[in-house]
Amino acid sequence: MPNAKETEGRLCRIAGPVVVAEGMRGARIGDVALVGEARLIAEIIRLERGQATLQVYEDTIGLRVGEPVVSTGEPLTAELGPGLLAGIFDGLERPLPEIQKQAGHFILKGAAVPALPRAARWPFAAAVKEGESVEPGDVLGTVPETPRLTHKILVPPGVGGHIAEIREGQLSVEESVALIEARGNRGPIEVRLMQRWPVRQGRPYRQKLSPNTPLITGQRVIDTFFPVAKGGTAVIPGGFGTGKTVMEQTLAKRAEAQIVVYVGCGERGNEMTEVLAEFPCLVDPHAGVTLMERTVLIANTSNMPVAAREASIYTSLTIAEYYRDMGYDVALMADSTSRWGEALREVSGRLEEMPGEEGYPAYLGSRLAGFYERAGRVVCLGKDSREGSVTIIGAVSPPGGDFSEPMTQASLRAAGTFWGLDVNLARRRHFPAIHWMTSYSLYDAGGWFDAEVAPDWREQARLAMSLLQKEEELLEIVQLVGSEALPDAEKAILQVGRLLREDFLQQSAFDPADEFCSPKKQYWMLRAILVFYHGLVEALGKGAGSAKAMALPVLSEIARMKEIPVEKAEQEIRALVERTRAALGGLRDG
Amino acid sequence: MARALYIKEYRTLLSVSGPLLVFDRLSGVAHGEIVEVITGEGEARRGQVLEVNRDRAVVQVFTGARGIDVETTRAHFTGEVARLGVGMEMLGRVFDGSGRPIDAGPPPIAERDFEIGGLPINPFARDHPVDFIQTGFSAIDGLNTLVRGQKLPIFSCFGLPAAEIAAQVAVQAKVVGRDESAASEPFAVVFAAIGITHREASYFRTRFEESGARDRTVSFLNLADDPTVERIMTPRLALTAAEYLAFERDMHVLVIMTDMIHYAEALREVSTAREEVPGRRGYPGYLYSDLSSLYERAGRLKGKPGSITQLIILTMPDDDITHPVPDLTGYITEGQLVLSRELHRKGIYPPIDVLPSLSRLMNAGIGPGKTREDHRNIADQLYALYAQGRDLRRLVAIIGEAALSAEDRLYLDFADRFEGRFLDQGRSARDIGETMDRAWELLSMMPEGALKRVRGEYIRKYYRRPASHA
Repeated sequence: MPNAKETEGRLCRIAGPVVVAEGMRGARIGDVALVGEARLIAEIIRLERGQATLQVYEDTIGLRVGEPVVSTGEPLTAELGPGLLAGIFDGLERPLPEIQKQAGHFILKGAAVPALPRAARWPFAAAVKEGESVEPGDVLGTVPETPRLTHKILVPPGVGGHIAEIREGQLSVEESVALIEARGNRGPIEVRLMQRWPVRQGRPYRQKLSPNTPLITGQRVIDTFFPVAKGGTAVIPGGFGTGKTVMEQTLAKRAEAQIVVYVGCGERGNEMTEVLAEFPCLVDPHAGVTLMERTVLIANTSNMPVAAREASIYTSLTIAEYYRDMGYDVALMADSTSRWGEALREVSGRLEEMPGEEGYPAYLGSRLAGFYERAGRVVCLGKDSREGSVTIIGAVSPPGGDFSEPMTQASLRAAGTFWGLDVNLARRRHFPAIHWMTSYSLYDAGGWFDAEVAPDWREQARLAMSLLQKEEELLEIVQLVGSEALPDAEKAILQVGRLLREDFLQQSAFDPADEFCSPKKQYWMLRAILVFYHGLVEALGKGAGSAKAMALPVLSEIARMKEIPVEKAEQEIRALVERTRAALGGLRDG
Repeated sequence: MARALYIKEYRTLLSVSGPLLVFDRLSGVAHGEIVEVITGEGEARRGQVLEVNRDRAVVQVFTGARGIDVETTRAHFTGEVARLGVGMEMLGRVFDGSGRPIDAGPPPIAERDFEIGGLPINPFARDHPVDFIQTGFSAIDGLNTLVRGQKLPIFSCFGLPAAEIAAQVAVQAKVVGRDESAASEPFAVVFAAIGITHREASYFRTRFEESGARDRTVSFLNLADDPTVERIMTPRLALTAAEYLAFERDMHVLVIMTDMIHYAEALREVSTAREEVPGRRGYPGYLYSDLSSLYERAGRLKGKPGSITQLIILTMPDDDITHPVPDLTGYITEGQLVLSRELHRKGIYPPIDVLPSLSRLMNAGIGPGKTREDHRNIADQLYALYAQGRDLRRLVAIIGEAALSAEDRLYLDFADRFEGRFLDQGRSARDIGETMDRAWELLSMMPEGALKRVRGEYIRKYYRRPASHA
C-alpha cells in the first residue's frame, strides 16, 4: 500500500465500542488501528484535527485512558486465496478453529491470526508462459482447492504487463507465483498465491449483465412463483419463528450455486454449530463434494463485538466477489441484515449523530443499497471474458414482525425479490412461510423455465397463482357466510386452493425426499393439481357433486407426491395425472 | 490488567443524576472498572465505570445513588472489572443480587475467580445440543421439545403460572433415551431472581426444598424492593456461577432467570440517565446486543460433558408479544413458550398456547433413538389440525356451528379434544411415551386422508382405526 504510515496516539475517551484517541495527526479515515496494550482491532471512522474516533471490533471493557493507539496506515482488508473454502471465520476473517487452538473455548481479545494457513502448500499449475502479456483478471494458473473446485489465481486488478517469471509446484500462500514486468517504469510486480483486498471496496469487473437466469433453489414456492436470478438480490423479512434461518440454511444447502458464503451476522451461536455439524456430512448433489467444501462460513454471533458485525458483511461480500471473479456462481446468505443495521445504529448513537427513523442513522438506506448493489452477474476482468455472479439473499428481522420499519423498507428498495414470511402461516406450520399474496419477484426468469423445463411453465404458474388469488377472495366470503353457502364451482376453487397450499406450496426442509424439488418435479406436481382442477370443473359442469369429487382416492396420492424421489417424479406423476383424469372422467360420466 | 499497589481515593464527585455519578480529575481509569463509592456516612457501595472521557468518568452505582452528596462522597477505583469468586460450596446457598451471601452462612470458599461479563463462546467450539430433556409436559415434550444447552423463554402475562411451570420443569426434568448412567449425571439449578416479589421467590424456594433440589441450587436474589440497577448484575453473576459448574465441574446446569422484563427496565433506566438516543419504547438501541450477552451464555462446549440450559421467564407488558423485550428475546433464544390467558381461564394447565410457541432445537433432540421416528410428523400434524380448528372457532362465533360442514365440525371437535386430552394435564407428569400415545389417540379421530403431514409408513404403523370414528 502506498503512503502507508504508522501514527501513534493515546486513548482519551471510551464509550462502549467507540473510542477517541488524540495525537493521531496523519491518520486516514477507514484505516485500521490497534487499540490499547491488548492491540484490539479498530477502524478510524472520524477525524477532527488530531483526534481520531474509532470503532473497535472487540470488547472495550478494561481499556484505559492513556493507552496507545497505533494506526497501521492500511484499510480493513480480507485475505483472498486458496484455503477459504470449508473454513469458518469471524467478522474480521480470523479463523475460529485456529483461535480455539490458541485460546480455548472462549474468544479472547486481541487474537492475531491470519485468515489463510501459512504452512499449507498448494499444487500450483501455471497457465501462462514467461514473456506472455497479461492484463488484470487473466488466469495465471490454478490450484485444486477442493476435489471439484479449481481455484484460479488471477492477475490482480490494476496490474498488467509481461510475465517475467512464473513458478509451478507446491507453494504456500505467501510465496510468489509470478513476476509481472509492468508497463511504464515500475519494477516487476510480484503476484502471490494470496491477495489482499480492502473489504469496503467492490472488486472490479468488466461489465454488469442483466440477471435473468434463475438460481434454482429447489423450493417450489420460490422457483415456480418468485424466482431469484443468478446475480440478483432477495430479501426475506419475517418475525421470529417464521423460518428465516431455516430458509437461509436450506438455500445454502440446496441452491445450485458453486460457492456459498454464509454469514451469521449477530445471530445465534448454536445455528452456526448446526451448519458446522451438518454441512460436512451432506453431499452437494450437483458437484459430488460435501456441502462444506463449497461453503465459507463467517460467524459473528450476537454476543460477539457489535462493530465486527458491521465488518462481517463486507468481509463476506469480498470473499464472494473473489470467487465470482474466477467465473463462478456465488450465493451470499446474510442472516440477518437487521443486526448489521443495528450495529450501524449503535455506532451512530455513540458518535452522537443526529438519528433518522427509529434511531437508525440517516445513511442507512444508502449503505444498504451499496451492499445489495455489489450483487450482480458480470463479465469478469481478463481476456477469456468468463461470466460469474454474486447472488445476495438477505434475511431481515423486523421488530414485532412489522414490515413498515426502516430496515425492511430500505431493503425492499434495493432488492429484486421479496419473500415475505407470514407469522400466521408459521403458526400453523405452513413452511416455508413465504406468503404468496405479498411476495414478488422482479426477475423475468419465466422464459428460461419455458425453454428448459416445459413450454407451458409460465402459463401453469400464472393459472395456479390466479386460483390462489380467487381462493383468498372466497375465503373472505367464507368468513362471513360459511363454506356451505357457496355454489359448487366456488367450492371447487376452495378445494383446489387448498391442494395448492398443502400439497404444493408447503415443503418440508427436514424430509430428505422433499427438501429439494427439481424444476421438473415442480412442474409435474403443479400439473397434477391443475389437471385435477380442470377435471373437477368439467365434472361439476356435468352435474357431479363436489363432495364426491373430494372423496376421490387420487387425492391422497396427490398429497403424497412430495414423498416421490426427484429421479422418479416425472414418470410417477405422469401416471398419476392419467389416473386423475380417469377418476374425474368416471365421476363425470357416472 | 495490572493491579495497582495502592488504591487512590478520589473526592472529586462532580454530579449525581439518577443512578449515575460523574467524577473528574481522575487518571488511568479503565472502561468497566469496579468502583467502591463511600458515602459521607461511611457506607460502601459498588459501582462500575460506564464511560471514560479524559479525566472524567461516568459511574453507575448498583445500589442506587440515594443519600450520596457531592461534598463528602469518596471513591476508590479498584482497577478491576467485576468478578465473582466461584466454588462448589456455592451449591445450596443463597446470595443477594450483588453476590453477597444472605442465608446467614459464611462466605463460600472461592476456588476460582471469573469476570462476570463472561467471554463470548467461540462458535466453532460449541457442541450441537442434541440431548432430549423430558420435562413431563406434553405441550413441551411433544410439540416444543427442549434439549440440553438450549435457551428457551416462557413468555407469560401477569397472573399466569409461569413460575409454576418453570419450577416444575426444574424438578421433573430428566434426560431419557440414554443408558442408565445418564440418571446419575451431576445436575444443578442456578436461580436468578430479578426484581420479582418475595412471594414468587419463596414459592421457588419451597418447591426446591420439597423436591430435595435445594442442595443442588445456587440462588441469586434481587427482589422487587432491592435496588433497580443491581438487576443488571444479577443475571451475570448467576451465569458466571453456571459457567463454572457446567464447564469446570462438568455439571448439567439449568439456569432459571425471572423476570427479564425487570432486567430490561433497569437497563432502560441507566440508558435514560445517560441521555442516550432511545430505540423503541425508550429502550436503548443496544438492547438486542445486551440481551444476547446473557442468553448466548447457554450451550455446550466440545469436549466438555457439562451444559447450560436456560429457562427464562419474561412477562409481556400488556400481553403484547411485539413489545421490544419479548420481541428481541425471541430473536435470540432458540424458540419460545407462550402462555395464554384464554387457556388459563378454561382451567387448562399448563396454559401453553402451542401455536405461537416453538423450539428451534427440537429436530436435533427427537427422532429414532431419542424419542420416536414419527415425532416430527406427529408434531407438525397436531399443529396443522389444531390451527385449523382454532380458525373455525372464530368462524363459528360469526356464522354459528350449523353453517359448518361435517368435515369442519370434526376439526372443531379436534381442537377441543386437543386442549382437553393433550395440553391439559394438571400437576401430573407424563413421560414421552404417554405423550405420543395421546397424540395418536387424537390423530386417529381424523380420517387418514386428513393426515397429510404424516408419512404413509407411520400411519400404517400407529394409526388406530377405532370405533370412536363417529
